[in-house]
Amino acid sequence: MVVQVYGKPQAVCPQRVMHCLVELGLPFELVHVDIDAMEHKLPEFLEKQPFGQVPYITDGDFELFAGDQWIDPPHRSARVYCRLHAESRAIVRYLAGKYGGRGGGAPELLGRTVEERAKVEQWMDVEAINYNPWAFPVVFNLLVLPLRGAPGDREAAAAAVEEMKRVLEVYEKQLSKSKYLAGDEFTLADLTHIPATRYVVEFCGAARIFEGKERVKAWWEDITGRPAWKKVISFVESGKSSYSP
Amino acid sequence: MGGIKIYGMPTSTNTIRALAALNEKGLDYELVIVDLRTGAHKHPNFLALNPFGQIPVLEDGDVVLFESRAINRYIATKYAEAGPDLLLSGGTPAERAAVEIWLEVESQQFGPPIASLVFEALIKPILVKATADEAIVEAQAAKLEKVLDVYEARLAQNKYLAGEHFTLVDLNHIPYTNYLLKTSKAALVTSRPHLLAWWKDVSARPAWVKTAAGIPF
Repeated sequence: MVVQVYGKPQAVCPQRVMHCLVELGLPFELVHVDIDAMEHKLPEFLEKQPFGQVPYITDGDFELFAGDQWIDPPHRSARVYCRLHAESRAIVRYLAGKYGGRGGGAPELLGRTVEERAKVEQWMDVEAINYNPWAFPVVFNLLVLPLRGAPGDREAAAAAVEEMKRVLEVYEKQLSKSKYLAGDEFTLADLTHIPATRYVVEFCGAARIFEGKERVKAWWEDITGRPAWKKVISFVESGKSSYSP
Repeated sequence: MGGIKIYGMPTSTNTIRALAALNEKGLDYELVIVDLRTGAHKHPNFLALNPFGQIPVLEDGDVVLFESRAINRYIATKYAEAGPDLLLSGGTPAERAAVEIWLEVESQQFGPPIASLVFEALIKPILVKATADEAIVEAQAAKLEKVLDVYEARLAQNKYLAGEHFTLVDLNHIPYTNYLLKTSKAALVTSRPHLLAWWKDVSARPAWVKTAAGIPF
């Protein structure tokens, strides 16, 4: 049986998880959770971010998760809950730890030594704490709210773009020392950046965050050129529910 | 090769987070003061350690790390054999998955509102000598209420946040919770019986008692 991913395929959180699964050569089923359909029932959804989040306080996700059994494939399915944005990073850590580097070309996405892992964790935290808080208001105000017919705060988005440019100056320096953020191999530290950044540069007209940053640009071309990521985009655009490597 | 160094300051919650982990592991370390009030964190020597100019930074031999949660993961992994098994390396995949989830919950759900509230209600008045903006305190407390309702339900079913054992999840929550209890919003914790019981348990740990002794307020 295969891993099941619950989420909306266009959302950032499920895309992180799907990318990780494809990198690891794992099949999965996508169980569509239509957040937009729920929104008119729960006005506070409009306050929340679009990254696959469902208010955990009202939909009982934590109770569901606590009651779920994580059991080892291939004997039974491993349920992967992707509805809480914060947990997409936990989910990919779990998947990469369990299935990474086991041969058959599955990459080692968490580093090979304690020290390498520490660097991966450091840059995953940078994404979560220094980068994503700026990427989110760009996408929320310039893409998500307009799609829902609500006015986005263009000033907040513009200010957030400026912050992204500032943070990426640090990335530019780091990428002069190593090919990827945590070292010379692609890891989760790079992967977790991709879905939100794609929306920022391709859907929100903010490709200027890369201006003057040749190494960041090269890194971006490289990580989005990975076959696994391209498969995720094809899969999302296909509207299918089932992915096989 | 020297011993472990932590660059930070004794009142900084994120610095305290790293010191708490080192103390749980019974490790010796040197605290090298980087006082934010002097702008030391913007000095090129410090930016060479953390290009984001934030504390803490850990140096352990050749390893230099920033981001306190990543530092703590490294401490828990590298020194897994010392003290408690903070990442449940000896646990089942299900147990480790619970640790992963709740580490993220601390970082993404609990951290932002409590950090903002503590800064406004405690750090600003005491360290920066500026008046707290009560509107911010109230707004962040309202967000934190919702998070702590989930925690209360969780701790009604589990002794610790990740399950039956004290882990890095609980530890990562301690420094900010400690500060919250010194503010006008302490009732966020004290009014929730399971959360309060959890707090009494984790804050009584000898390693935390030692860490807390080094906090000036």
